[in-house]
Amino acid sequence: MNSMLNNLIALAIGLNLIALGTSRIPSLIRAMSVQGVILGIMPVLMDHHLDWRVIAIAVATVGVKGVAIPHMLNRAMRSANIDRDMEPLIGYVPSLLLGAAGTIAVMVLSRYLPLLPHHSGSLLVPGALASVLTGFILLIGRTKAISQVCGYLILENGIYLFGLLLLESTPLMVEAGILLDLTVAVFVIGIIVDRIQREFDSLDTRKLTALRE
Amino acid sequence: MKHISLILLPLAGALISVLWPGNRSRPWIMVATSAVHTILCLWMLIDPPVVQGQQYLGFDPVARAILPCVSLLFLLVSFYGVSYLNLHADRPNRVFVGPMLCILGLLSAGHQARHLGVLWIATEGVTLAAIPLLHFAKTARAYEATWKYLLVGGSGIALSLLGSFCMGYASLHSGGHGDLFFASLIQDGPTLTRPWLLTSWVLLLAGYGTKMGLAPMHTWKPDTYGEAPGIVGAVLAGGVTTVAFTALLRVRAVVVASGAGSAADLSLMAIGLFSMLVAALFLLGTRDYKRMLAYSSVEHMGILSFAVSLGPIGMWASLFHVWSNALTKGTLFLSASTIRRNAGTRTVDDTAGMALMAPRSCMLFVTGLFAITACPPFAPFFSEITILRSALGYGHPLAAAGFLGCLFLAFLGMSRVVFAIIDARPKRSARNAVRRKPEGIGVLLPPLILILMSLWLGLFTPEILQAAWTDAVSHLNPALSKP
Repeated sequence: MNSMLNNLIALAIGLNLIALGTSRIPSLIRAMSVQGVILGIMPVLMDHHLDWRVIAIAVATVGVKGVAIPHMLNRAMRSANIDRDMEPLIGYVPSLLLGAAGTIAVMVLSRYLPLLPHHSGSLLVPGALASVLTGFILLIGRTKAISQVCGYLILENGIYLFGLLLLESTPLMVEAGILLDLTVAVFVIGIIVDRIQREFDSLDTRKLTALRE
Repeated sequence: MKHISLILLPLAGALISVLWPGNRSRPWIMVATSAVHTILCLWMLIDPPVVQGQQYLGFDPVARAILPCVSLLFLLVSFYGVSYLNLHADRPNRVFVGPMLCILGLLSAGHQARHLGVLWIATEGVTLAAIPLLHFAKTARAYEATWKYLLVGGSGIALSLLGSFCMGYASLHSGGHGDLFFASLIQDGPTLTRPWLLTSWVLLLAGYGTKMGLAPMHTWKPDTYGEAPGIVGAVLAGGVTTVAFTALLRVRAVVVASGAGSAADLSLMAIGLFSMLVAALFLLGTRDYKRMLAYSSVEHMGILSFAVSLGPIGMWASLFHVWSNALTKGTLFLSASTIRRNAGTRTVDDTAGMALMAPRSCMLFVTGLFAITACPPFAPFFSEITILRSALGYGHPLAAAGFLGCLFLAFLGMSRVVFAIIDARPKRSARNAVRRKPEGIGVLLPPLILILMSLWLGLFTPEILQAAWTDAVSHLNPALSKP
């Protein structure tokens, strides 16, 4: 079962790299939504006895990360009439290389973080850290608001992966915290994206430069 | 149950205000709710309730030392808010009063949280509730500030959640239950797995440091404080940042209990001094008087972080400084807001002679300037001198010198901006273009009370507050109370 889980995590890491390498926003959204679905399946695979809480988490994750948010972002994208992030601050190839190097680095680094016996051999920690890193690269390196939102969601996916380590022990509250955060944050971000678009006629955050020293 | 009503009362007030029909009477809900909140807080300050160990929320010594200050600040700010919202009667204030009260409720939850997960949820809620307030002005600049606040603040929140998980795993790995009650974390302190604990400290310091506005994660602050209404700035600078500070205090106690206290203190001292330096340098360069207040807030957060690293006396002084900073900063934000409305401009390049156009607010603004830059006899002078003495007493003369140097630079930078907008003749264009807003009692009284409270706190620090701060320090350093 652990190997199945590791395969899924490896897939999620591969999707990180796709997200870093693509210039087309629809592919970025698709990569993110597939990652969301994969993440949603994981708790069902790893828990020894399925109870309603685990199933609820899985359903909610697939629903929010895999369906609802990508749908909202697709709509925002269509209404703004853009499908490419043309001039990123960090180019596609450099960000891909950065992401790959970072993934290797966290693989090495996470060896120094001791795991419990029944978590050993799991890729959860490096997978989580690699996604967090990917999220930050996208947040910093992209200029379109939608790409940045995708970056933030991949960052959140990384944190969710880490949260799976605590799935058996911590109360549901922390898990609920993630979903709450995710839905509300993107909901709010969505509203803002809408406003930015009306205000600036594009979703280019480079135009947000009135405020500086 | 009083401690729960501190949270539920403002949330109920928020609900009522959203349903309330009258635009002009709605702001009074904010005043009434926060008045009851303040009374409850002061009552519990005088008569502290008993708090059990395994309780998610409780008015424990840490909450007792800080929450009354936030509540008082909120009360005065909401009183000012009535005049502010009535001046902008054209905008529906439903989206303003509701979120403000939500912030008060969630701030009360955050200060009283005795569980890392609850603390995180409260902080997250405060972050989101502040968003409608930031773009209340509905200008392009306000949206830009909101976007930056969301991105930077959201990343900070994400990092602190990751840090909380690492803390949970540290407990789980060491054979604990992985629960995140501060009390049980402190109890298990010595056995917590060190690599996870240190990872967690770094992430939580970065995450809550972002919310506090410590450099280099402070970048959202100038934009947000510069564009948001003055009352929102006052609540953010005096209330929201203190929740993050409380979080760091509580997490630090866990790290200290595990025996890695010196690493935590060193990082707090470094990040504190760095924030002070960055803030002082930007204060020398800024030309916008509301952004100036943001940099001043970065500086004071740096002072808090620096003070915590200086042992029990330093921590006591930091709690004192939370009060003196919040009250004094409140005066500055509120009077700056009045000045901004009368001037219609925001930079020293096109604002001058405000002493003629808004004389009383300018008087308050200048007094606030001297108070916040630690001139006696206001409270910041006394809290900062205690911090300085504990730095010297703790054997950090170089750090103390750096602290003094940054305070001096900040004084130069701030007084330069303040006197530039107050002195000289008003610009002709401004005199003609802007219709003067009267300085009524509603906009003068709150900042005046705040500055008088700062003075009173400096000269006659009440015994009960001193005792509350001492209790909080011994609560946060359990090793001290054991002989």
